[in-house]
Amino acid sequence: MSRKETHKKVTVKAFRFNAETDYLPYYKQYELEVGADDLVLDLLNQIKWEHDGSFSYRRSCRHGICGACGIKVNGKPVLACKQNAMELLELFNNELVFEPQSKKRAMKDMIIDKKDFWDKHEAVQPFVVADIEEHPEHETAMSIAQVENILDADYCIQCGSCHYACPALEVNEDYLGPAALTAAYRFTVDPRDEAGMERLELTAQMGSGVWDCVKCFECAQACPKEINPIEKITKLHNLQFEQKVARSNVATRHAEGFVHSIKKHGILDEGHLVAYSERAAVVKHIPEALAMFKKGKIVMPWNMPKSKNLDEIQKLVEISQTNKL
Amino acid sequence: MSQLKYALYTGCTARESTPELLSSTLAVAKKLGIELVLLDEASCCGASHLQDFDEFLAYVLNARNICYAEKHGLTMVTICNTCQINTAMTKHKLDHDAELRARVNEKLAEVGLEYKGTSEVKHFLYALVDDYGLEAISDKVTTPLSKYNIAPFYGCHNIRPSELQNESNGGENPYVPTSLDRLIEALEGNSVDYESKNKCCGFHVDLQAPETSNRLTGTALVDAIDNNADMVVTPCPLCHLNMDVKQHHAAKTMGRDVELPILHMPQMVGLALGCTEAELGLKHHVTKVAL
Ligand code: SF4
Ligand code: SF4
Ligand code: FES
Repeated sequence: MSRKETHKKVTVKAFRFNAETDYLPYYKQYELEVGADDLVLDLLNQIKWEHDGSFSYRRSCRHGICGACGIKVNGKPVLACKQNAMELLELFNNELVFEPQSKKRAMKDMIIDKKDFWDKHEAVQPFVVADIEEHPEHETAMSIAQVENILDADYCIQCGSCHYACPALEVNEDYLGPAALTAAYRFTVDPRDEAGMERLELTAQMGSGVWDCVKCFECAQACPKEINPIEKITKLHNLQFEQKVARSNVATRHAEGFVHSIKKHGILDEGHLVAYSERAAVVKHIPEALAMFKKGKIVMPWNMPKSKNLDEIQKLVEISQTNKL
Repeated sequence: MSQLKYALYTGCTARESTPELLSSTLAVAKKLGIELVLLDEASCCGASHLQDFDEFLAYVLNARNICYAEKHGLTMVTICNTCQINTAMTKHKLDHDAELRARVNEKLAEVGLEYKGTSEVKHFLYALVDDYGLEAISDKVTTPLSKYNIAPFYGCHNIRPSELQNESNGGENPYVPTSLDRLIEALEGNSVDYESKNKCCGFHVDLQAPETSNRLTGTALVDAIDNNADMVVTPCPLCHLNMDVKQHHAAKTMGRDVELPILHMPQMVGLALGCTEAELGLKHHVTKVAL
């Protein structure tokens, strides 16, 4: 990070909206002074304290721990109390636009209605579910390996940065989203917890669970606690197969189908994989397949290329495969 | 400049549904004097789906692919963003997790291989932009693309998460990526600035959630059109399949007329360097490319 500049005067645009009085949101410009160590939160304060006392945003701890101050700057999710402002000025060529995490959920300026986030969080039972003895005679010890298996999932501060950066959620309101799924993983692998199977069933649902993640890594990029939610989503996928919760459907067959192709050809047999995943529903892909065939985009089974040294690949699949559908 | 030489991991798509990607890659390399050694031993990378079924197996297979690049003593180049992320993620994991590396190597030993971690893994886009250099490419342009407004579509798996990708993508910032824009300008085309350039096309849920996929692809296409794009260019064949082959689905979901040619990154470069029609393989596109 270069800290050459110690002081700057800049014009910042901020999203303004009051759901009670405004019909439409608008943007307002503010002349701000930015010091080398100023955080985005300092700039929000400057707007409120020196320009317009009605400007609204959430903040509490100022230490990156309460998760209240998440906003977007030029589309990049940030924790206002953690993100250095000069760094952003450099990244965005001195033009900053402050917006709430989700414009369609805006209530007042940077403040949004986070109900959808909390509802989804609650749905995964984000706590240890266990019959606790009132007068235990010994502690419930966890091994180091068990603690490490939680990865960093328990660092989540529920800031919503990942949730409101997730494009799958943006177009599919039923999707649980990265934060809730991270919490689901965190408590499912907790050895004291007894609701793991319930959570795996819930997160295996088509339309709302792990299979609706588009694998864009926006969540991993967004998380200010560097939690990498999609890593936990992949673990949930694997757990669903391990624990035999995964039912045979188009998505699970699609994941598993790779093994068959790889065993046979080393590389993927694209056509066969679609047919294997879709079963009878494969007919809906026929128009597409014809269009592709006409353009020389489909390799016929008898022409399928094979990887060299295929026997090595077959052997490795045989000795390394851990899950079954 | 000493001659650049890489081990090319083609991935599966370039050998099946996007043959034009492989032919244009080879043609561009030839024009620029870059030597590519094909890794014909390589298997599928798992495409982020095998990983959901069996993460460990995916690590083993990807490690094996890297072993073959290591045997040649070469940097591996990929021509698919998803191959890139799965291979690079495997490399990163094995280079930082000694226990996993030992478990993987125990399997590889059974077929006489060992993952050593000596080969870099980078996408061909960054081999061109960062290793070959934009100025050197610019010098070779015979057919400037000045007539065209070209919308760069970066594709997720080359730019996020930056902590991983910055090991091989020249420090690209996922919120303000510039490599493709700069490449377009080096070929004298006009790069289109539009919000969707670094967004997701939704390819990975094509089968189970086509509505999501169509809407994400559609949003990007419409955004490009509304910003006067004549065409889109992408370094990822999976983005290409969604935008080219499935363009009419995306258009329908958006309720808009969409007729936008989609180029693979090497096709665009090849066009400017004077590669032949056959090499560019434009006849393989479902959405017509009329130049
Ligand atoms: S990787 Fe999955 S969960 Fe994360 S932001 Fe993308 S779609 Fe959402
Ligand atoms: S996972 Fe990270 S980004 Fe998502 S809510 Fe938790 S702390 Fe915020
Ligand atoms: S104010 Fe608490 S996390 Fe920023």
